[in-house]
Amino acid sequence: MTKLKTQSLHKRESELANSNRQLEILSNGIFKTGELPKFKEKIAQIGQFPLKPKKLEILQINVGYMCNQVCEHCHVDAGPDRKEIMTKETMHQCLEVIKTTGAHTLDLTGGAPEMNPNFRWFVEEASKAGIKDFIVRSNLTIIRANKKYYDLPDFFKKHNVHVVSSMPHWTRGKTDKQRGEGVFDQSIKALQDLNAIGYGLPNSDLKLDLVYNPSGAFLPSDQASMEKDFKKALLEDFNIQFHDLFAITNLPISRFLDYLIASENYEDYMFELVEAYNPDAVANVMCTNTISISWDGWLYDCDFNQMLDLKVESKVKHISDYNEDLLNDRNIVISQHCYGCTAGAGSSCQGSVI
Amino acid sequence: MSKTYYDPADLKKFGNITEWSEELGTKFFDYYNSVFQEGALTAREKSLIALAVSHTEKCPYCIDAYSKDGLQRGITKEEMMEAVHVGAAIKSGAALVHGVQMMNKVNKLDG
Repeated sequence: MTKLKTQSLHKRESELANSNRQLEILSNGIFKTGELPKFKEKIAQIGQFPLKPKKLEILQINVGYMCNQVCEHCHVDAGPDRKEIMTKETMHQCLEVIKTTGAHTLDLTGGAPEMNPNFRWFVEEASKAGIKDFIVRSNLTIIRANKKYYDLPDFFKKHNVHVVSSMPHWTRGKTDKQRGEGVFDQSIKALQDLNAIGYGLPNSDLKLDLVYNPSGAFLPSDQASMEKDFKKALLEDFNIQFHDLFAITNLPISRFLDYLIASENYEDYMFELVEAYNPDAVANVMCTNTISISWDGWLYDCDFNQMLDLKVESKVKHISDYNEDLLNDRNIVISQHCYGCTAGAGSSCQGSVI
Repeated sequence: MSKTYYDPADLKKFGNITEWSEELGTKFFDYYNSVFQEGALTAREKSLIALAVSHTEKCPYCIDAYSKDGLQRGITKEEMMEAVHVGAAIKSGAALVHGVQMMNKVNKLDG
């Protein structure tokens, strides 16, 4: 078993901290020799190139890359050493967009979004806009990380926040291997705290969903079966309940790409993604209904493109110039990492797409 | 010609079996896929049985396939190893139980 790193790729000055280097890897090798077809060729076969957006449904805002954890496969390369944090000024710009957007879902992510010093103010202000579904992606351990965060469950409840949290497995060993020692126990405690005030209970309006992503170089199994196993184990072992499980495929970028290369799994994993390509998933990939906004206000087709610094192909590239009609007319930027969203039943921040 | 009888890449070509006998190949894969559907046993339980049998059959392709299948289903390594021990126990028991035949023969000839 490899030892979990405690620093981000950026802090370690790894070559994979450079998004251009990642894109080079994804375009060369087996994709350059033609052993595997490029994503563009695959979607062209079904008349989906260039990939176009449908109606905007989700605004996903990344409020910073700082996190209390350094998870093995983090696509954000988040960690305590990342200092990129959304300023209040950019948050104000986001609020203006939130007030006028046609999107029905607001999705706050990070890093650990709660570590942004203006997080609570932002949630309070954003919740006034009347967005139908207001998601905060909480890593759970932040709730137990420091006394100042202990009241987060109550704060979420007060603002009717939909909590979506990562939970790689229902056992301590597999969870801690991927997310760090002690993460499992802290996550269990946080889930119990959330259950205690009504989150995740059957028929409760306080939505609590879990995100599962595989702990290694393999694809997730059927989402419904995994949900059944998670629910059974968490209820029996810890009396924990939650609503839905989202099974997400690891995309070959950032720390997961680093892991794939270091473990000599990169080529096999790419073959597996391409073999599992499902043309029916293409029409529903999340970039067709989402705009991702970075900590510094740039606009992307998805959180993964954000991490690869592939900004939207539109006249409008920054939140300061936001125009939904112009944005919806763009072509979506793609590369080989996109195979991660079209494998099997498809994958998105909301789980399977089929 | 490959230098070894087993090549991991051949597992991906398993489906090509159908090319030389479409009817039988298709019947086999239809049967195979039906066997692994959820039924009175869960797909998870079937995966563990398949992993154990893969070992008793000493099939490297099957071991690769069902080790990965287990991981995909969230099966832990402890569960996988217990399944392998079940297979190993039956294999060793199957050898050892023949000791009774040896005892019968010895007792008959020299009892």
